[in-house]
Amino acid sequence: MSIDDRIASDQPKTFKFTAENEKEIKRIIAKYPKGRQASAVMPLLDLAQRQHDNWIPMAAIEAIAVRLDMAEIRVLEVATFYTMFNLKPVGKYFLQACTTTPCWLRGSDEMMRCIKDRYGIASGQTSDCGRFSLLEVECLGACVNAPILQVNDDFYEDLDYQTTGALLDSLEADAPLPVGSVVGRSGSEASGGGTTLAAVKSGKSATSTSNKRGSAHA
Amino acid sequence: MLKDADRIFSNIYGWADPGLKGAKARGDWDGTAKLLKLGHDEIVERIKASGLRGRGGAGFPTGLKWSFMPKEVKDRPHYLVVNADESEPGTCKDRDIIRHEPHKLLEGCVVAGFAMRAHAAYIYIRGEFVNEARRLQAAIDEAYDAGLLGKNAAKSGWDFDIYLHRGAGAYICGEETALLESLEGKKGQPRLKPPFPAGVGLYGCPTTVNNVESIAVAPTILRRGASWFAGLGKENNTGTKLFCISGHVNKPCNVEEEMGIPLRELLEKHAGGVRGGWDNLLAVIPGGSSTPLMPIDVCADITMDFDALRNAGTGLGTAGVIVMDKSTDIVKAIARLSYFYKHESCGQCTPCREGTGWMWRMMERLVRGEAENHEIDTLEQVTRQIEGHTICALGDAAAWPIQGLIKHFRPEIERRIAARHAVDAVAAAE
Repeated sequence: MSIDDRIASDQPKTFKFTAENEKEIKRIIAKYPKGRQASAVMPLLDLAQRQHDNWIPMAAIEAIAVRLDMAEIRVLEVATFYTMFNLKPVGKYFLQACTTTPCWLRGSDEMMRCIKDRYGIASGQTSDCGRFSLLEVECLGACVNAPILQVNDDFYEDLDYQTTGALLDSLEADAPLPVGSVVGRSGSEASGGGTTLAAVKSGKSATSTSNKRGSAHA
Repeated sequence: MLKDADRIFSNIYGWADPGLKGAKARGDWDGTAKLLKLGHDEIVERIKASGLRGRGGAGFPTGLKWSFMPKEVKDRPHYLVVNADESEPGTCKDRDIIRHEPHKLLEGCVVAGFAMRAHAAYIYIRGEFVNEARRLQAAIDEAYDAGLLGKNAAKSGWDFDIYLHRGAGAYICGEETALLESLEGKKGQPRLKPPFPAGVGLYGCPTTVNNVESIAVAPTILRRGASWFAGLGKENNTGTKLFCISGHVNKPCNVEEEMGIPLRELLEKHAGGVRGGWDNLLAVIPGGSSTPLMPIDVCADITMDFDALRNAGTGLGTAGVIVMDKSTDIVKAIARLSYFYKHESCGQCTPCREGTGWMWRMMERLVRGEAENHEIDTLEQVTRQIEGHTICALGDAAAWPIQGLIKHFRPEIERRIAARHAVDAVAAAE
């Protein structure tokens, strides 16, 4: 994808961080040694994106460059290098579907088919209603709960055609399903409850014997 | 099977409180100051004695890595950097440590940081783990409030700060020098080595980059003793390990098991076995997407440890075990990994930038059989041109899965080519 395709043609003229975000910026910059404020460029891009409907206008790139004493192109090259920075508008619900091999083996094609059947969109497109954008992404790092659909910040796991539909229904109603596995797994344990750590599960013991005092607290 | 009592991550599934109270009940932060009293070098020696090998993929001895840091702090501060940029397809263990056992990681940072004479750690977490980052930040805040971090951390007399830094979607930042570049606010493009990070790392200062799991197990090893850890697993492949079992098993899961567990036992005891039974197995990728696949005959007897898997021509990697049954289009499964590496190449080195795209396009043709048999050899040769000829291991990682496919499934590739030729011949005759 060329840079022209990635950056919105319609741009707001100005961008200003909110007062609340200004405070957050101070807190972020303080994490890094003096003179190393460029380290804050990714957190600030993220902050700008969150403030501005999930995409970063060029005016924000400029504001961040000034703020961090960086050349504007240095900020822009970071913004274009990392895939999570959106430089053009996306829908209210940004659907990032993992289709890498572990998700594909568990039926990510069905998840994609469900989204396509409903909105007629392919990766990189936004639905006619403007509320749903789809992006096919690379491994999301939750492979034992595949396939995964990330909706904005949240992972929905263990999906198939039908449950993807139910998830989309819930988003359309602006009442998203609970985050996580849609088949009721609490985490990465085997479905049905896992094969280890039964005592922890039943609440009988919160500890291994990793130390003596620890078990005394349990 | 490993006993629960020997499992380090007793809350890996999040069934108990991940917060400080729950963590303390599990034994975390118990006598941290006492551990630090051992002294910098003694901690390193004990980690060496435990046999712990890095859990991020390369399997380099962790204690030895720590020992590369200068023994004296001069004009430049030392840094510990934790690699939580978990993105190798098939791998999802660090995510569970971060969201369910964050205090093991934080205490590990204090212990490891102290051992290498650092007063600060940066944890670099992949950007997509937004909720996990929130959970980890909450744990960091809790630890500061309880005096476990900051000045005189855990009343040890050692000042220690931990900062969380979020990535933004780039697999390459899991490579340690790309991670450092990214942390400095640049594109994540790997650095030439030498100099190695222990000499010139973050901000030009001595730095050690460790995987989440390697750091999180350190306090438990010190508390229970190096010999306890070394007594689990096999020689040179000691301890316990988080395995991620994905793909065509009846019950995909993460599980902590003993190093050296037979693959078949791992799948059958914990993941409900291969879908359709063991004989329905086609192949397993044992250690995350970059490790070459193993066909069923190799899978039958293999044990899951660094040395056994290396001897079988593959690797333990991250212990992300991807299982594929006989319904799998194996060429397509590997072609999808080729696409992954093409997508994630940072573009810095020509063999990788051009080669990953070329290999992917070639793989797509092989999926459809649109090739000649001799092109399989050409592809194999190209993988050898890329392997070992790039700054970082992404080129290798892209080459190995294809090499594994050709080694074990060449007849399947040739069958497709023959089938395609037959179809083309019929079409030409009509």
